[in-house]
Amino acid sequence: MDETPVRSEWPLYEVFLRGKRGLNHVHVGSLHAADPQMALHHARDLYTRRNEGVSIWVVAAAEITASSPDEKDPFFAPSGDKVYRHPTFYDIPDDVPHM
Amino acid sequence: MTALAEDRPGQLEAHFEDTIARDRRIEPRDWVPDRYRATMIRQIAQHAHSEIIGMQPEGNWITRAPSLRRKAVLIAKVQDEAGHGMYLYSAAETLGADRADLTAKLVSGRQKYSSIFNYPTLTYADVGVIGWLVDGAAICNQVPLCRSSYGPYARAMVRICKEESFHQRQGYELLMTMMRGSAAQRAMVQDATNRFWWPSLMMFGPPDDQSPNTAQSMAWGVKRHTNDELRQRFVDMTVPQAGKLGVTLPDPDLSWSSERGHYDFGAVDWDEFTAVVKGHGPCNAQRVAHRKDAHDEGAWVREAAAAHAAKQAARDRDIGPGNTEHGDAG
Repeated sequence: MDETPVRSEWPLYEVFLRGKRGLNHVHVGSLHAADPQMALHHARDLYTRRNEGVSIWVVAAAEITASSPDEKDPFFAPSGDKVYRHPTFYDIPDDVPHM
Repeated sequence: MTALAEDRPGQLEAHFEDTIARDRRIEPRDWVPDRYRATMIRQIAQHAHSEIIGMQPEGNWITRAPSLRRKAVLIAKVQDEAGHGMYLYSAAETLGADRADLTAKLVSGRQKYSSIFNYPTLTYADVGVIGWLVDGAAICNQVPLCRSSYGPYARAMVRICKEESFHQRQGYELLMTMMRGSAAQRAMVQDATNRFWWPSLMMFGPPDDQSPNTAQSMAWGVKRHTNDELRQRFVDMTVPQAGKLGVTLPDPDLSWSSERGHYDFGAVDWDEFTAVVKGHGPCNAQRVAHRKDAHDEGAWVREAAAAHAAKQAARDRDIGPGNTEHGDAG
């Protein structure tokens, strides 16, 4: 019985694709690769087999700094109480055109 | 940042339950109950293993495909199965699972894969029948999983379902072509259908009254329909397809029930299912041994690539990345 797993020395990369010109790169998943060049090639083979992308970014997962995932986190509180940042905060009569 | 939530016992669990109740998605690094995490890792890993092992029955036929067209299609399909496995291992890793560990569990028999891949592929008609019936059953199972409560799994399933549609259609087209051929070719299609029909019905898992985890899985939104519901849906979809193809499904009890609005079908041999799951199917040992050999024989490639990357990184540190052949950031 093989109890000790063969440790993959290959780090994890997160993959981002630009689906077509005019769109942002979007996160699509991750993969393991020995280095960034290999990560790009694997990303092409894994995530663009059917023309899903015109540009690929790969980023070492260890290099990403992320906010806490909890939506109720106070991290986002500063934007929660500033309703005046939204156009709907302002009452404008219906008969004012083009507004 | 989470210290605030931890101050109040039960609040994390309440937030999790609330997310599920609103049919919102759970995302990586969200707090989840240990049992939810374990269930999701097991479900996703089992699915990933099925895709990877699922390359073998059809991969057998790549070198013996009857034409260049069929060979290109089959290679693309088997490559898709590898891709599906990778999407799923990637999703499992967002829950804290380790890919090398999952592979070790597969090759040592501690984690399962779908029982269907333990049946042999005896003729080229099996390639077509796998596309039609096995991938058809997989689609039935997987479309509802695009709404799984676990976000990364749901998103992987969306990609997979799009690609499975090609798999099913290429299989059905292959069978239609064979059915237009000789009597011997038609007999091959019927024989393959006879062998794969019942194992395909088993892909949906045991009957509802023998599936103890279904209630919890449905409450968590990681399962959207019961095994029997999906099995019935598959039968209803497939009977007219069989008629159009001109093959007979090997079940004398198969008949339309106007009062139920569904096809009635005969009893599945659950003893066979249990035996295959426990490792006594025709190909269990062969499938796992083949996977282990591929993994072991690839070890030097993984090590060489890691050594090359380490050497490259060391050289970049010494003389600066701009001076190497990899410095062409464009």
